[in-house]
Amino acid sequence: MLTAVVLFAAIALIAGVVLAYTTDRLPAPDDDIVERIDELLPQTQCAQCGYPGCRPYARAIADGDAPINLCPPGGETTVRRLAELLGREPLPLESPPPVGQVAVIDESRCIGCLHCRNACPVDAIVGAQSLMHTIIESECTGCELCIEPCPVDCIELRRTA
Amino acid sequence: MSAPTYDLGTLHGGLRLDAHKGASTRMPMQTMPIPERLVLPLDQHVGEAATPVVAAGDRVLRGQLIARQSGAIGAAVHASTSGTVVAIEPRPVARRHGDPAPCIVLESDGEDRAVEPAKTPGSPGETRPEQLAARILDGGIVGLGGAVFPTAAKLADARSAGLDTLILNGVECEPWISCDDTLMRERADAIVAGGRLLLEVLGIDTAYLAVESDKPEALDALADALGRSGDERFRLKQVPTIYPSGAEDQLVQLVANREVPSGGLPTDAGCLVQNVGTAAAVYDWIERGEPLISRITTVTGPGVANPMNVLVRLGTPVADVIAFAGGYTDAARHLVIGGSMTGKSMSTDRVPVVKGTNCILVLTEARSSGAVRACIRCGECAAVCPIRLLPQQLHWFAAADDESALREHGLLDCIECGCCDLVCPSHLPLTTTFRSAKARIRELEDEKARARRARRRFEARRERLAREEETLSADLDRQKRVAKSAGADAIAEIMRRKRRQDDD
Repeated sequence: MLTAVVLFAAIALIAGVVLAYTTDRLPAPDDDIVERIDELLPQTQCAQCGYPGCRPYARAIADGDAPINLCPPGGETTVRRLAELLGREPLPLESPPPVGQVAVIDESRCIGCLHCRNACPVDAIVGAQSLMHTIIESECTGCELCIEPCPVDCIELRRTA
Repeated sequence: MSAPTYDLGTLHGGLRLDAHKGASTRMPMQTMPIPERLVLPLDQHVGEAATPVVAAGDRVLRGQLIARQSGAIGAAVHASTSGTVVAIEPRPVARRHGDPAPCIVLESDGEDRAVEPAKTPGSPGETRPEQLAARILDGGIVGLGGAVFPTAAKLADARSAGLDTLILNGVECEPWISCDDTLMRERADAIVAGGRLLLEVLGIDTAYLAVESDKPEALDALADALGRSGDERFRLKQVPTIYPSGAEDQLVQLVANREVPSGGLPTDAGCLVQNVGTAAAVYDWIERGEPLISRITTVTGPGVANPMNVLVRLGTPVADVIAFAGGYTDAARHLVIGGSMTGKSMSTDRVPVVKGTNCILVLTEARSSGAVRACIRCGECAAVCPIRLLPQQLHWFAAADDESALREHGLLDCIECGCCDLVCPSHLPLTTTFRSAKARIRELEDEKARARRARRRFEARRERLAREEETLSADLDRQKRVAKSAGADAIAEIMRRKRRQDDD
């Protein structure tokens, strides 16, 4: 009887010390969960969620600052996957998802102002001051961030499907 | 030596189907006259579409290269007869169920003059197998069993994989199709000669010729041809008449008694499977200088007046072939390119015969039979599945769009043979469901790859911006330091000069 009590007390003590040590010294798995959330996001870097890119949004979700339904390009699928990963309730999307799209510059109207190039989150726009710009179609994520800055409205979105 | 042997592995499931082959093999092979217009699609094969090397208005000869192979996996296209290129434009093709795809349209001059076959430039020190492999690439040869995978690419894979067994596939297990049967009866010597060339390319010396037991004439013809060749490396194997024993992985299991691993290829089991038609095409190109410009096609079914096997130039409209076989019967309702199990339904007969067209089947009713009802979990589908999958489970997972469960249950190993469809008492379109679920998984994979690339670029951009910021602030610091070291007098002097300029 006594042996059992002592034995279990000893086990509890050792386990307690080990756990206290690991929570204190080992890095918190925060980065890991941010990484796993980021993995599920579509990486359009479109900032439509209100955060400057997918990873910042992933961090905000992990910290509990942002709901999981702010990503329109990800669509219902991403919301569902995030809900599964985090054990939260799937919420309806804030705004409807755009279809597969890429931005296209009307090269005859482009004045070479660099505004769109500087706005592109994935460096998919090629061009230099006063020279025509163009979009590398295969790298464009269709995030729409280049549309607004264009002073001559020469960028339009085209469906890829 | 060449008596058919039986020591076989076993095939799980499968079906004994009505073969319906007698109708088209009643009479010997017919040769179709060359039509006035030929339509040659640029993507008759798996892989990248060929790139045209002719333009509208060019005159070409039979066997002349008109579109060269592009990409690592691809095949060339040659002119099927002599004449004039009249257009390069989208036309309906069978691979897309009658939707248009880029084609070279050729108008025959009726002379059918052959071109001198172009030599394959060799590099010094090349061995004979290497020469042969390079030569096969130029012949535009693809797998003629229906999969149309470029033969040169398949051989290159096999050569680097290191294997010991070649299997020539003359099983032709799908109902209605009898073009390989016809080829084996009429050109057994060409098949054996092509097989010998393939053995040489591969540098191995074990080959099986596999033929289904319901083709005694073909077995006899091949046994005779093997006897004539005196080649001891070949063994004739008779396999039971069960669909789908002619599918690659199943044939490896049957003939070599080895299992192809999930997600793997026959080369992973030390085997290479080639259709008998492909072997004959290799012979025709290497020894006779004729690239792949014609093939035997079975035109059959209750909707065709006079079922037969015809030797057709590639590019001939399917409608012409049916007309040659006596035209449609009054009962004809439904056109299929391929067999009744894996063939594609067509909405138009204006598509051309291409490298992969093994059969033109006209049915009197659509293939789906009966109204779809709910799954009753009878398990018939699992009993017939040659891959030992659980179609009823996959059916539920596909309905739930559960990608990981579909993968875990081996959806990607499904060969789309259609056995489960046929036995399903609820008439569920299982194969169609699986095909679209596979496409969806591939789509998701593409999306993921795109997302990964976008993330890399986003991160690279952030690094670049940080770097630029750093350089900029370093520059500012330097300028400040220079100004400071120059002293107050110097700065006052500069300010004075600036004011003078402003006044002027």
